[in-house]
Amino acid sequence: MTPLLEIRDLWIEGRSDEEWHPIVEGVDLTLGRGEVLGLIGESGAGKSTLGLAAMGYARDGVRISGGSVRFDGMDLLRASTEQKRSLLGRRIAYVAQSAAASFNPAHKLIDQHVEAPVRHGIRDRGESVADAVELYEKLRLPDPDRIGFRYPHQVSGGQLQRMMTAMAMSCRPDLIIFDEPTTALDVTTQIEVLAAIRDIVDQFGTSAIYITHDLAVVAQMADRIKVLLSGREVETAPTREMLTHPREEYTKSLWAVRGFHRPEKPAPAPGDTPILSVEGVTAAYGRQTVLEEISFDIHPGRTVAVVGESGSGKSTTARVITGLLPPRSGTVRFEGEALPAGYRQRGKDQLRQIQMIYQMADTALNPRQSVAQIIGRPVRFYRGLRGRALRARVDELMEQIELDPATFRDRLPGELSGGQKQRVGIARALAAEPRLIICDEVTSALDQIVAEGILRLLARLQDELGLSYMFITHDLATVKAIADEVVVMQSGRVIEQGAKTAMFTPPHHPYTDLLLSSVPEMDPDWLDRLLAERGVEGLGEAATDRM
Amino acid sequence: MSVWLWIVAVLAALLGLGWAGRALGRLSGRRRFRDMSLAEAFGWALALAALLGAAWLWTRPGAVYFRWALIGFAISAVAAFVFRLLGRHLGPERLRKQFRKMPLTAAFGILVIIIYAVVAIFAGWIAPHGQEAVLGAANVVPGGDPAMGGDPAFPLGTDRIGRDILSRLIYGAQNTVGLAFATTLLAFFLGGTLGLLAAVVGGWLDQLLSRGVDVLMAIPSLIFALLLLTIASVWAEGARGWLTFYMVVIIAVIDSTRVFRLARSVGIGIVVMDYVEAAKLRGEGMGHLVFREILPNAMAPLLAEFGLRFCFVFLTIASLSFLGVGIQPPLADWGTMVRDLAQFINFAAFAPMVALAPLLPALAIALLTVGVNFVVDWMLHRASGLKS
Repeated sequence: MTPLLEIRDLWIEGRSDEEWHPIVEGVDLTLGRGEVLGLIGESGAGKSTLGLAAMGYARDGVRISGGSVRFDGMDLLRASTEQKRSLLGRRIAYVAQSAAASFNPAHKLIDQHVEAPVRHGIRDRGESVADAVELYEKLRLPDPDRIGFRYPHQVSGGQLQRMMTAMAMSCRPDLIIFDEPTTALDVTTQIEVLAAIRDIVDQFGTSAIYITHDLAVVAQMADRIKVLLSGREVETAPTREMLTHPREEYTKSLWAVRGFHRPEKPAPAPGDTPILSVEGVTAAYGRQTVLEEISFDIHPGRTVAVVGESGSGKSTTARVITGLLPPRSGTVRFEGEALPAGYRQRGKDQLRQIQMIYQMADTALNPRQSVAQIIGRPVRFYRGLRGRALRARVDELMEQIELDPATFRDRLPGELSGGQKQRVGIARALAAEPRLIICDEVTSALDQIVAEGILRLLARLQDELGLSYMFITHDLATVKAIADEVVVMQSGRVIEQGAKTAMFTPPHHPYTDLLLSSVPEMDPDWLDRLLAERGVEGLGEAATDRM
Repeated sequence: MSVWLWIVAVLAALLGLGWAGRALGRLSGRRRFRDMSLAEAFGWALALAALLGAAWLWTRPGAVYFRWALIGFAISAVAAFVFRLLGRHLGPERLRKQFRKMPLTAAFGILVIIIYAVVAIFAGWIAPHGQEAVLGAANVVPGGDPAMGGDPAFPLGTDRIGRDILSRLIYGAQNTVGLAFATTLLAFFLGGTLGLLAAVVGGWLDQLLSRGVDVLMAIPSLIFALLLLTIASVWAEGARGWLTFYMVVIIAVIDSTRVFRLARSVGIGIVVMDYVEAAKLRGEGMGHLVFREILPNAMAPLLAEFGLRFCFVFLTIASLSFLGVGIQPPLADWGTMVRDLAQFINFAAFAPMVALAPLLPALAIALLTVGVNFVVDWMLHRASGLKS
């Protein structure tokens, strides 16, 4: 029997600076019927481009320059527009990374859902609606009869992602391409979407290409894994074999990323003054209370990880500490002294002591300033250095963050990679010579290998400079790697706090338990085991709602 | 009714032509033809028809302006091409690099701006006569052909009281373009600074400035300018220099309201960026925030607005001059010239040369407007390219 999808020696080029550059270089791919293939690699490896090419499609500014894509015997690259139109949506479907951005906000979900089956003449509208409700039920969406009649903004992110999967299923396609469907979701929501996708793909025997950069996720979903690196295939193997015996060095390095682990530092002496203490802080945006009676301490030279899902108040806590959001009640003390509530009332030295590193390096660095200007500004501002002394200090800082001053000094942020940008953000914080750095999800926008490099850098800087970190994250792997203490937050409250080793050993608070167990593991049986333990109703939003 | 029938018949014929052309193309088995929709084929047929129509029009004796326009277009294209070619091979390396990536439209725009700037600056040397000099023969026809009522001494003819149109056009560049440029700069300085300030500070200052701008914008701008200028003309007590100064300030203030709104809305988008937050938390002052962090990132939309605003200011000055409160009569101004010579347009049908007189200053305005916008478009394109 011929395979469902067969890609041979595919070359794809992208246009930038008036020239064509290769994105995918001679990749082969075979997908059997009912098989799920995982595509992994760093950003820029050509995963998404390859995924789209499997539908015979290339984005604007991208062209397929060679090779063949045969779907069920038909060459998609030579097929006419009419022929492709009859396939897409009906036999090949696509699930995008951001469901929120992919649904049209002006139409009800059900109207968008029924478009494909009605247009392809598979079912009429009434039957399509009935079928949608059935699919919603299969995907365990709450209130399947009516949820489709809402608009996209009235549904949560995890639900929206499942609605999109349902939509892709509406014509019972032979092949679905999932492009990082859970990357933008919280762990507890992700697991629910993963379970739903896997179930439905199993039930209908659909073939799928599952694109992701998260190894643990792909281990749950795929029968086979293909690793890509800058447009070329590194290796392909069945999931279990790939996890246990990776052949290539690059694959091994991907696997090893999760190995970074830094031992917990000894507990501070009982009488020590914490560098920062948050005491009974309650804060609100307008009438909406977002923080209730938050208290925790950060001791000198230690890393405190603040974890929780999005909307739990982690970032708001950072805004209160930096003075961007004056709290309604409670105080923030720095080395025992109460800080003024608003940043405008704080002295230059008080501002200098607490610095921030942001999640999105893209918006954290001024795109019109060179690296030297970005790093040099705080040096000039706080220490008044100029001319040669300023330049020497900037070079020193750049060496600390492992960027070569001669190469990078005059570059603009647009000319840096994601990891390099984040390093510049770190250097800007260091330039102020602070005691405490607040790291707001600094690694969540980065690839795993790059993220690991950043974590190692932060750990090294802590050892060298005696910095304290407040580490805001939703990724428990990061917490395991770098934290000394953990503060768990849920809907504006601190649920549990303590030393890392204590937090990762049972018994836990039920919410901590839920968070911990929802982090995907590399073991391909992890999801099955978890489902067996918790049952379907114990997943995601359903589980959080019950707490 | 028959007109409609004709239109329908022609469209149907074009559709048929498109269909037939596509069918013919498909015989060759090429992918382009196979995937071509009927709409696209219709478009090609329409383009072909338009091309044939243009060729036919070219041969008609009456279509003088059409021929001139095409020749002018060709000359412009060649000039821009040569200019870009020169830029690519002469001058310092950095400049050459810019020229290598430049589209033809931008090269044309830059060429136009350079020519205008040179003409405006050296008007006194270039112009054969003074702008106010009355030289005897009135209403000399452009073209310099005595048989047609022209005079070789005045290649573009003279106006109703016998002033040389060529000289006045050249001086017009100095007066109109110079004033429009100064006015636009002032409007941008005012509106840009206040708009960004409103975006950064927010709160009551934003309310105060925005409501003030709303009030100014509620009054029709030309009428408002006219009103203020009437008052200003009393203050100026007939001193021509002061009146011009008041005009610049008044138009700048009125136009700065538009700039204010744009700068404020762009600024609000930038203020929420993390790098601005980082600067605020560093304890930076207002000046640094506005001019170092926000302004460089707001430059692209502001520049685009500058190109557009420049043209509007230009036209406002022209209309005010016509109404008698703008640039004062003896001084040459393109807007006034169009008005003064306007009635000659009536002769277009039988004496194309005569009708050229009012079209020349209009063309001068149009050419500069197009040139400025080409350059702005290119700058915008480059700015957006840097972002991605």
